[in-house]
Amino acid sequence: MALIETRDLSRVYDLDAGRVVALDGVSLAIDQGDFVAVMGPSGSGKSTFMNLIGCLDRPTGGHYRLAGTAVESLNADGLARLRNREIGFVFQQFNLLPRVDALGNVELPMIYAGFDRRTRREHALQALGRVGLAERAHHRPMQLSGGQQQRVAIARALVNSPSLLLADEPTGALDSRTANEIMALFQELNREGATIVLVTHDAEVGRHAQRLVRFRDGRVTEDRRQTPIDARDLAPEAAE
Amino acid sequence: MRLIEAIRSALSAIMANALRSLLTMLGIVIGVAAVIAMVAIGSGARNLVDQQIRSLGANLAIVTPGNVTQGGARLGAGAASSLTDEDAQAIRREIDGVVAAAPFVQGGAQVVAAGSNWGTRIYGIDLDWFSAREWDVATGRTFDPEEMRRGDIVILLGQTVARNLFGDEDPIDRVVRVRNVPFRVIGVMASKGQSAFGQDQDDVVFVPLDAGRRRVIGRNYAKDRSVGSIFVKFANESDIEPGIGNITELLRQRHRITGEQEDDFSIRNLTEIANTASASANTLSMLLAAVAAVSLLVGGIGIMNIMLVSVTERTREIGLRLAVGARPRDILSQFLIEATTLSTIGGALGIGLGAGAAYAVAQLAGWPSLVSTNAILMAVGFSALVGISFGFYPAQRAAKLDPIEALRRE
Ligand SMILES: Nc1ncnc2c1ncn2[C@@H]1O[C@H](COP(=O)(O)OP(=O)(O)OP(=O)(O)O)[C@@H](O)[C@H]1O
Ligand SMILES: [Mg+2]
Repeated sequence: MALIETRDLSRVYDLDAGRVVALDGVSLAIDQGDFVAVMGPSGSGKSTFMNLIGCLDRPTGGHYRLAGTAVESLNADGLARLRNREIGFVFQQFNLLPRVDALGNVELPMIYAGFDRRTRREHALQALGRVGLAERAHHRPMQLSGGQQQRVAIARALVNSPSLLLADEPTGALDSRTANEIMALFQELNREGATIVLVTHDAEVGRHAQRLVRFRDGRVTEDRRQTPIDARDLAPEAAE
Repeated sequence: MRLIEAIRSALSAIMANALRSLLTMLGIVIGVAAVIAMVAIGSGARNLVDQQIRSLGANLAIVTPGNVTQGGARLGAGAASSLTDEDAQAIRREIDGVVAAAPFVQGGAQVVAAGSNWGTRIYGIDLDWFSAREWDVATGRTFDPEEMRRGDIVILLGQTVARNLFGDEDPIDRVVRVRNVPFRVIGVMASKGQSAFGQDQDDVVFVPLDAGRRRVIGRNYAKDRSVGSIFVKFANESDIEPGIGNITELLRQRHRITGEQEDDFSIRNLTEIANTASASANTLSMLLAAVAAVSLLVGGIGIMNIMLVSVTERTREIGLRLAVGARPRDILSQFLIEATTLSTIGGALGIGLGAGAAYAVAQLAGWPSLVSTNAILMAVGFSALVGISFGFYPAQRAAKLDPIEALRRE
């Protein structure tokens, strides 16, 4: 069974200026352990798609199942729970809380998961260690470089051990050297078993993903598997 | 646990905009300060009035000689003393509900003991004084009827006088001189403390009425039986009004005042005066309560305003929190707790300010300063309530935000 399954997923904006079809009937299934690069020209609906599968936005049509759950049927609390437990979202603009240190930022999802202070601290330090920032735990975002800030954001996305890691142009605000380091980190996380869907404009990055999905005008125009999914770490039923 | 963490993070959000937060709190600070000061000053004033009644004695009227105007000319009370101790006896005898009628004379005097002397007030009193004023001796004894009748030269000292003349020594049976007349000390009065106007009521000496009238005071009491004034004590408060009417009747008869002629005395109901003062203290309290209510309201609106600004400023933060799994109610409680923390800190500052103001007023007025625990709890409760009720709308707005729209907002 696929981790993500969308059927005719669409998102239409009704504006005063007219109807904008941002996503126009996308049907896609993504298996556990996959590394999917999403590419396409600006305005093709990549972010719209990511926000929908990240449960940040609601579709205007079609169906979406995440880890077996029919997302359309969930209320606000149910969506919050999915975002908290099943999804780690990495943004182009990092979106760290400026007044809170790295550790506090990484702890944030665990607060809403209801973990006690000590567990939070422990897991947050672990997650920071995983992105190579254990020494920067008590630095505030302002005291970190862009690459480091994005690492903190990735640690935050990982901390609740979600089944899905989503990243919308995570290297868009970084220079190319730092961007390569961040991409290497994603690849490493994928090798360790994380399912990753990542939007990028970088053809090089696209080539290194296991699967490439190309959008245009709100539709999928290309869906190419480049490398087979490494099935070693998968649970038997997910491997099919 | 979660609440403490939420409060801690609310505090850090408040501290991030310390000046703005402080200005926002100002309304609450003033409102709560007004509540605290109101309760403290109000109960201080009421206490004062109570104390006044208690130190005078309850259910008391005073008869003073001469009326306020006589033939158009204003005369000071006591200028021409028309009252006698026989009037007092008649009142005691004939008026229903009277439990004591205490005639007295008073004047200033220098009291001289062996090594020291002390200027004080001297009262010539009769035995009814003690029950009328509810005032007894602390040590020694009061006058006996024989001493009263003979006008013996015995004296009772107020605490202050005793202390100043004799220090720690026992003044009983010692001799003091007043106007060169030697008086034997037979008792020391119980302490009454300060009067309403900050006067030391223990700075006083008492002698038998006749001794006072003949030996030491004299001046305005040319007539043999004249007295300065008469305290009349009634059994019940309800006896006072009819009693005053009856006394007026009686004294007019005794003084042969008829028809249109004006009284040559006046009677004041002291308990009523005290009650009036108490009522005006209540009015003052109500006024302060209104001020407090208005400024709490203004403070609440200030908090609502600043919380709305804060929600707008932190829309991205809210979006991010929602994105990592905050439920709408988590956001709601975050902002409610922030508003409540803000208003409660304001409340705490207000309590400090109000207590300070109450203390200052109490010092100036010579009142006992009373900041009650109840008033503090009430103030804390009120300010928290203001925070919750005025923080609710902004918090609800925050909780209703759509995650993706909130994240997109700049
Ligand atoms: N909130 C919105 N209101 C109206 N139209 C929107 C909104 N968000 C996106 N769109 C429209 O939907 C379409 C898809 O936008 P989307 O952000 O998904 O593109 P994208 O592929 O992520 O582009 P980019 O590479 O520039 O980030 C665009 O035409 C855009 O104008
Ligand atoms: Mg985009």
